[in-house]
Amino acid sequence: MNPYGIAVTLIVFYLFSELHARRRAFYTNPVLLSILTIASLLWVGGFSYESYMESAVILKFLLGPAVVSLAIPVYRGRETIKAYAREISIGIVAGGSVAILSAFYIAKILGGGGEVLLSIAPKSVTTAIAIGVSEKIGGIPALTAVLVILTGILGNAIGVELLSAAGVRDRIARGLAMGVTSHGLGTARIILDDELAGAVSGLAMALNGVFTSLVLPYLIEVLK
Amino acid sequence: MKPYRGLAIIFGFYTLGEFTSSSLNLPIPGSVLGMLYLLGALLGGVVKLEWVEDEAELFVRNMSVMFVPPGVGIVTYVGLLKSQAIPVFGALVISFLITILVTAKTVELMRREKE
Repeated sequence: MNPYGIAVTLIVFYLFSELHARRRAFYTNPVLLSILTIASLLWVGGFSYESYMESAVILKFLLGPAVVSLAIPVYRGRETIKAYAREISIGIVAGGSVAILSAFYIAKILGGGGEVLLSIAPKSVTTAIAIGVSEKIGGIPALTAVLVILTGILGNAIGVELLSAAGVRDRIARGLAMGVTSHGLGTARIILDDELAGAVSGLAMALNGVFTSLVLPYLIEVLK
Repeated sequence: MKPYRGLAIIFGFYTLGEFTSSSLNLPIPGSVLGMLYLLGALLGGVVKLEWVEDEAELFVRNMSVMFVPPGVGIVTYVGLLKSQAIPVFGALVISFLITILVTAKTVELMRREKE
């Protein structure tokens, strides 16, 4: 096994993380910039994706235990979940379902088909879970990963401003909407403005991941 | 050997989740089931938070870099993405707008009723 896949991933990601730490802007998102940079390097250098993945696959494998570890933030937030149980459950069922159905049907109406529809359906869920769901339902995990990150970037860039423009002032509603729609990147943005909304957003992200992974595989059978 | 206890618990629940998912042929990812098992074990007091929190945080904090290798796989689908650019990016933006506004308005309405 060659170490180049891991080395390239870590070096490129580290450099973009340093840039992001200095700029703190949505367009310096280290994940998206790393994906684009490595994909270009492979293309320019004439390397195959398989040769890159030969060692980089170890990093991807660690997503499994990372998803299991998400139990810890949910456990820590159990008091918040209890306090806002009704809002959180209805927000996640409504928002989570709208996210799946709107993505699926709008892509279909605009002329999309097959694997593309399956890949875009979990786009509002935290990346690790979305990749797992996409794999399970027959989507393209790579496409899902990129769409999830772009959705997160949208939320990070305009989510807070959009909610304010729409006149949404309630902190719980703002937090839930950001977490359900734009997962970790949305949470990272709203927590800068409002700690309570940020905590609710983080929980909404984790719970929407669970909700979507439980519902989407069965829902997709009906939608297909 | 504290870190090994945390890692053993995390990988143990992950394996249990994958095992359930594949043996019962469930469409739910094994990692999500493992997360639910660990959450249940924490709530039930079988696993103590301090046994796993440091190791779990290491995974959660460093999760971003793990999205890069699957994302790079997009190079294999450049043709597909080009031919379906309008449905993909149109759905992405419109669905984002609908989802964030519907969620926020639904929850806000509930909160107003309560008051």
